[in-house]
Amino acid sequence: MKQYVGRAFTHRLFWPVAMLVALLAINVIAVPGFLVITVNAQGHLFGSVIDIVRNGAPTLIIAVGMTLVIATRGIDLSVGSVCAIAGAVACSIILGSPNPDDPVVVGIAVLAAIGLSLLMGLWNGFLVAVLGIQPIIATLILMTAGRGIAMLITEGNILTVESAPFKFLGSGFLLGIPVATIIGAVIITVAALLTRRTALGLLIESVGINPEASRQAGVRARGLLFTVYAFCAVLAAIAGLILTSNQTAADANNTGLFIELDAILAVVLGGTSLNGGRYSLAGTLVGALVIQTLVTTVYTVGIPPIATMVFKAAVVTAVCLLQSETTTAAFARWRRRSVARKPVTEAVVSQ
Amino acid sequence: MKKTIGLFAAGALVLALSACGGAAPAGTGGGAKSLDQLVVGFAQVGAESGWRTANTKDIQAAFADAKIKLQFSDAQQKQENQIKAIRSYIQQKVDYIAFSPVVQTGWDAVLNEAKAANIPVVLTDRAVDSKDTSLYKTFLGSDFVLEGKKAGEWLLADAKGASAPVNVIQLEGTTGSAPAIDRATGFADAIKADTNIKVVASQTGDFTRAGGKQVAEALLKSHPEATVIYAHNDDMGLGAIEAIEAAGKVPGKDIKIITVDAVHDGMQALADGKINFIVECSPLLGKQLIEIITKLNAGETVPARIVTEEGTFTQEQAKAALPNRKY
Repeated sequence: MKQYVGRAFTHRLFWPVAMLVALLAINVIAVPGFLVITVNAQGHLFGSVIDIVRNGAPTLIIAVGMTLVIATRGIDLSVGSVCAIAGAVACSIILGSPNPDDPVVVGIAVLAAIGLSLLMGLWNGFLVAVLGIQPIIATLILMTAGRGIAMLITEGNILTVESAPFKFLGSGFLLGIPVATIIGAVIITVAALLTRRTALGLLIESVGINPEASRQAGVRARGLLFTVYAFCAVLAAIAGLILTSNQTAADANNTGLFIELDAILAVVLGGTSLNGGRYSLAGTLVGALVIQTLVTTVYTVGIPPIATMVFKAAVVTAVCLLQSETTTAAFARWRRRSVARKPVTEAVVSQ
Repeated sequence: MKKTIGLFAAGALVLALSACGGAAPAGTGGGAKSLDQLVVGFAQVGAESGWRTANTKDIQAAFADAKIKLQFSDAQQKQENQIKAIRSYIQQKVDYIAFSPVVQTGWDAVLNEAKAANIPVVLTDRAVDSKDTSLYKTFLGSDFVLEGKKAGEWLLADAKGASAPVNVIQLEGTTGSAPAIDRATGFADAIKADTNIKVVASQTGDFTRAGGKQVAEALLKSHPEATVIYAHNDDMGLGAIEAIEAAGKVPGKDIKIITVDAVHDGMQALADGKINFIVECSPLLGKQLIEIITKLNAGETVPARIVTEEGTFTQEQAKAALPNRKY
């Protein structure tokens, strides 16, 4: 038993998970029925936890792409703008068609949005992999220009769409589970299988640790970078479509605003270093859940809106401090000391 | 020494000149121009909402009707763009400048330039925070406190004689923005009259539909005793409708909804019985803006604060008004 506790303390996911549990506990104290999930009249799962996994899905989806980009020692600031562009493209196609409720029209709109975003991702990849521009600068270009592109597509208006199939993406339910949550779950599972069941993840990490050494070892860094940025942009487009569908309108100015920061935060909370290399998709999942639970906690506990930012900053600072290397080392020392007092347990741990 | 005297002389000359300019009432020097000779520069915030687009269209239409030449610019929500636009209007020597300031502060320099060039300025929709009220002729816009008050008064009348306490969830606008602060203040003032009515939770939904939905989802669960939602704009109210329906309750019946704005989608929901009351915040400022400019042009004075003409809508009124709404 003891060795599991000890291991848990030094596991890099310990503090984010602890924070998640703590936040949930605060909510349960504030609202005793917080964790209760019921089935409502329409046969949908209903409860605060369901809200968290549904509203948190766009951030999670983008954070998955961001994790892989960050693993290559890159960063993608343009995801928020890509969200806006994807929403704008889809809504203008749906609005332009005579029959917005036709699933085929919605399908075309979704594919067009994803296709265009793929091009944007390839553009980011081109700037980073071929021209060798620093990722933060390369993606900053699309971050600023992207909202302008979205504005051009929407002609500066907010496009409100009334389309049942499109609304399904963001607010629909399938077998009682929110569609957005299902999409998020499928994406993180596919990403994990693709990168961890093959050598892909290892190659991405090697590029992040030392691009030149990996090239000499025969890793095609350029192709990998292209793939990773394109993948991230496609995920951003999917998240943007969910966001747009949820608010039933394409808003070039506000859709996905600052979501890049939330996604980066989710990745960092999950223990992936911005220096590239080792990454953890499970960590990213926990990070995204912490962020969304934090938002819900603010509402449930009734923190005044003017203090919201300070509260969020305090929680994030706490997690970052707790999982810093210095703190982890301190905990490891404390564990060694406590173990040293009982030599028997030490033998078990060392096995 | 000579230089200093020269500077003094130049300074005195400038003072004399500006005093001279100040003496002549703006726009009337050398006889009032006829309306169709006027050029008015309008610096719009952007096209960030349906409300704003309706505002732009109405102003453009009103100027076309009055046959006054309008120079229009869109600042895309950036103060620097708006300042640039106002500077270019000053250079073009337009007769009047009207604008909706993106933010409240930082306008003194450019407004002083306009004043020095003798161009009267009219603020529309939003105010500026400046001690020097001589920088603009008037501020035409909604009274957000009054809007909040109207919302509160409807609830007072509706909750009259209710035996059970009336618990209200408030969905605030963007934290720190003037409409969010004022609509909350006006509402709180109005409901003070009835101790039975209480705001049990108040959170920001950022004026967006998604924000309103997310906040309402959480607050309806943590405050199951709430029977009224007061949203600072229609969009958040529309988001709240979805949250209420997901919670298995009937919007407009189990949970009453009061909103502010009266944009098309909100009015539709009101007519459908999902919202109970909407306080109008009219974007149709064009007609009143033309009146102000006509008055100023004739050398008359205008009050420093002109409140937009706006009403309120119940469900029946919404059904009647909906076919003729411009936005």
